[in-house]
Amino acid sequence: MAASRNSVARTLIVALVLCVVCSVVVSTAAVALRPKQQQNEELDRKSNILRVAGLYDAGRSIQAQFAQITPRVVDLNTGEYADSIDPQQYDQLAAAADPSQSRTLSGPEDRAGIGRREDYATVYLVGDPDNPDEIILPVRGQGLWSLMLGYLALKGDGNTVTGLSFYQQGETPGLGGKVDSAQWKALWPGKEIYPAGSTEPAIRLVKGGVDGNTPDAEHKVDALSGATLTSRGVTELMQFWLGDEGFAKYLARFRDVSQGV
Amino acid sequence: MANTDTPTGVLTTPIFRNNPITLQILGICSALAVTNAMQTALVMGIAVCLVTAFSSFFVSLIRHQMPSSIRIIVQMTIIASLVIVVDQVLRAYAYDISKQLSVFVGLIITNCIVMGRAEAYAMQNGPVMSFLDGIGNGLGYTVILLIVGFFRELLGSGSIFGITVLPTVSNGGWYIPNGLMLLPPSAFFVIGLLIWGLRSLSPEQVETTEYRIRPNTSPLEAT
Repeated sequence: MAASRNSVARTLIVALVLCVVCSVVVSTAAVALRPKQQQNEELDRKSNILRVAGLYDAGRSIQAQFAQITPRVVDLNTGEYADSIDPQQYDQLAAAADPSQSRTLSGPEDRAGIGRREDYATVYLVGDPDNPDEIILPVRGQGLWSLMLGYLALKGDGNTVTGLSFYQQGETPGLGGKVDSAQWKALWPGKEIYPAGSTEPAIRLVKGGVDGNTPDAEHKVDALSGATLTSRGVTELMQFWLGDEGFAKYLARFRDVSQGV
Repeated sequence: MANTDTPTGVLTTPIFRNNPITLQILGICSALAVTNAMQTALVMGIAVCLVTAFSSFFVSLIRHQMPSSIRIIVQMTIIASLVIVVDQVLRAYAYDISKQLSVFVGLIITNCIVMGRAEAYAMQNGPVMSFLDGIGNGLGYTVILLIVGFFRELLGSGSIFGITVLPTVSNGGWYIPNGLMLLPPSAFFVIGLLIWGLRSLSPEQVETTEYRIRPNTSPLEAT
């Protein structure tokens, strides 16, 4: 018994059978659970969008709440809607990694530290898509340790912040990790991105606190204490995504209507 | 040591008397990583319990068929398959927690407790006893994770299972959270204190000193 158990043929048979059995088990689990997992990812993304828009209600189904939101794809180079791309199918982060759908950023251009910028971005419009109550933009940028991915919600005027939220970040817990804390996020609503008549974003994080007496308080948010580099990352990513390389051209259309800029 | 040949014995001994973390000092890596909140610690514990139990069960089931030359590879393949299944199930049914546990579910494969039980116990014992042994060791791991998680979450975030116990200053309370408790090194301190406590209570857990440092032999020149 012991001798035959260790024979070459036996070894090969056991290895082969084991591999087949294990691969069947693993692939069954992966295939059977895939739809459920995709649904979870979808719900997670949608609930992040609802949260940043301040519309999230734990008591109601996310799908029902999401009905009031219209996704659209925007050409970042022109600021126009790209109706040829289906927003349900378009994966912005995958496009950012694809050289045919994105552009390499270098040096001072790459303020947010993202390496490549995709040509198209998915935005989410709350309410009437032609005259939205809120515009939700995807933003991302390098913090101290990690790429921070989040959403920025603006009022229909394309200028006033209603919320900022990061759904994925790996900053220092308790310090930079507070980019995700309710207390810090509460500082954002009401802040304004652009000075009147400009498409250069003025929003930034500043040290030492912001109160009513601070000059330009409407463009300043208190930085995270003990997290200089995370705070700098947030400033850079805001300036990048709201600047010329980001959504400035797109947002100008809303500001044209409501402010006559 | 306690009687480890009865079903109750294999199930309960690893919890305190022969705990995989505090006595055998195994599985420390994940104990540092996932214990900053009790909920993640609990889910991680359950995942390790299941993987240890089922891998021991299957290894024990085919132990007479297993050629000894590829023994370790066979065990690893079984463990890895189970871990992938657990990871997939978590992603499907506990998405939020699986996001927090992230890579550490996959790293159960490298957890020495799983491999250690398969090699040390399941290779010599029947499937049912091996299964119970796996559960017992998984529970031992879970208990330590929960204790560490309790202190880290309480002192680091002022809450237990996400429910606020000590209202923190940032939320208008009085408690100033200890930020170190949220970082992995704090688990070293908590586990260290636990090991010290357990070994003071039951001195038979203290390992015999393997060598003793003797005084220097006097240098030849000096004689």
